[in-house]
Amino acid sequence: MSQTTWATNPSAMLLTVAERAARRTRRSGRRRLVLLAGLAMLAVAIVATIGAPLLISQSPTALDVLRPLAPPVASGHLLGTDQYGRDILARILYGGRIDLAIAFGATSVTLVFGTVVGLVAGYFGGWVDNLIMRIVDLFFAFPFLVLIIAIIAMLGPSIFNMFVAIWITSWVSYARIMRAQTVVAKKQQYVLAARALGYGRLRVMLRHILPNTASAVIIFSMVDAIGNIILAASLGFLGLGAQPPTPEWGTMISDGQSYILSSWWIATLPGLAIVFVGVAFSLIGDGLADVLRPGDR
Amino acid sequence: MSRFGTLPRRLVHLVVILFGITLVTFFLLRLIPGDPALAILGSSYTHQRATAIDISLGLNKPIWTQYALFMGRLFRGNLGYSFFYNAPATTVIVQHVPPTLFLVVYSAVLAGLIALPIGFISGLRRGGVVDQASRVFFTVSFAMPAFWLGIILLLIFSVHIPVFPISGFGSGFAGHLYYLFLPALTIALGFATVLVRSLRAATIATLQAEFIDTARMKGISRARVLRRHVFRNAVLAVVAVYGVNLAYLISGTVLVENVFSLPGLGSLLVNSVSDRDYPVVQGVALLFAVLIVAINLLTDVTQASLDPRVGQEIGE
Repeated sequence: MSQTTWATNPSAMLLTVAERAARRTRRSGRRRLVLLAGLAMLAVAIVATIGAPLLISQSPTALDVLRPLAPPVASGHLLGTDQYGRDILARILYGGRIDLAIAFGATSVTLVFGTVVGLVAGYFGGWVDNLIMRIVDLFFAFPFLVLIIAIIAMLGPSIFNMFVAIWITSWVSYARIMRAQTVVAKKQQYVLAARALGYGRLRVMLRHILPNTASAVIIFSMVDAIGNIILAASLGFLGLGAQPPTPEWGTMISDGQSYILSSWWIATLPGLAIVFVGVAFSLIGDGLADVLRPGDR
Repeated sequence: MSRFGTLPRRLVHLVVILFGITLVTFFLLRLIPGDPALAILGSSYTHQRATAIDISLGLNKPIWTQYALFMGRLFRGNLGYSFFYNAPATTVIVQHVPPTLFLVVYSAVLAGLIALPIGFISGLRRGGVVDQASRVFFTVSFAMPAFWLGIILLLIFSVHIPVFPISGFGSGFAGHLYYLFLPALTIALGFATVLVRSLRAATIATLQAEFIDTARMKGISRARVLRRHVFRNAVLAVVAVYGVNLAYLISGTVLVENVFSLPGLGSLLVNSVSDRDYPVVQGVALLFAVLIVAINLLTDVTQASLDPRVGQEIGE
């Protein structure tokens, strides 16, 4: 970064150092707030979806045949009803369970697996690295969504197969990031020191390299979680994920698309739920980036 | 080392990847639980047809012979037979290429038009109005599913303010541009997020580089330094982002085609899943993968020719 200019202009160094220190404290306070805001939004989403039965008396699948396509607020349904008279709010709350389950269930598995694979590839190098990275390249050659759809096409559309398809394909990003981090870390003094002390490979990898490099994959996992929620909703929208009458944000949007001309609330409101959770993960990612890697940005 | 010194190595890489792609596509069909012939035929199952499929796919032979047969067919451009369309899968797929191709290029161009000025200005004036506004806007738009954004745009610009058509592909070049504007904008807004971020970061990094100080010290005007040195270098960084995120563009296309009911590869892919038209699914996946590999190669070559350092960096 600007260390190089300091050598040519010492007075600039003083200025930058003082300026930076001031800016950093100011910014880190704001950043921590960003992290807290994100965590709070996510907590709201989790509590609201898991605690849905306590928050709302309507069932997500009960039909109010007298009031189909009822607009929001009116008729005792806060967010209106869909074409069968099912309560939109109840469906959003219950439906969020699937999307959040994907965000956590799919992301955590691929985070752990991909990180371990990347760590092994980067640490061992040689043919192990070569083999693993060619497999990773191979997955990157396919458009992510197309590969997932193709896998689901063969396995059959269901929520479980959606998990399987993401598990199969999505670890590669973590492997690639973690490998790059490990290759760099391997040449650093602390790793050389640990190896010189005669520590075993496993100990060096897990106790020394991993704690020092994990921030990159953890920060990426927040972006990935957004991607997975959008993916779950997308597959639901295309009819390849959750199957009716199970409520899920993507399938709800798909249902509402046919009624978009007359009843805008069916398709638009579940989308806002996705945006809400997505922004929450975004804020957490931004906040984490500043807390875990204060030097950057 | 020559400018394209790493190209031979890249080509070897390419062959390995292409081989891998055919392997993955081949084994996709083996993921089907149970009898593939039964799954392919569905309700039109008869014993004779099933035997015909078993023979044509070589299902009665050992797995490596099957793969050899698959490769043999592939080299003759034969992706199998679509029982749903009653036509060769290749013919069906080729018919659906134009709308997708048009849409991908259109949205890539739109994304560039949106992202270049915003990303550049955000990087120049960090913390300025444009930077702050675009950060908020793109944080939100990043969390929007493309299909939902498409529906919202439809609602606004086709229903409430009827400026653009609800669906269809249009005829002629101008017709395509008009009919595909909303679909392309939907994809472009999502893609622009990635572009703006990297362009902003690249601009900031370039501004801190020594050669910018040098240029300023030589007495070159600020505007000229920005145009000739900063912008050029920042754009270079973005070329790479295009290549890396092409898969993102294509994923967007698959979804958006379904929202606007465009007769492209994305709609074909999704319909083929419910029609259990496995050869078409296989073929579309294969086509997209080959396309991405080809364009990545093109990106690398473009980068190498724009920036002599790149080729050497790849070769380490």
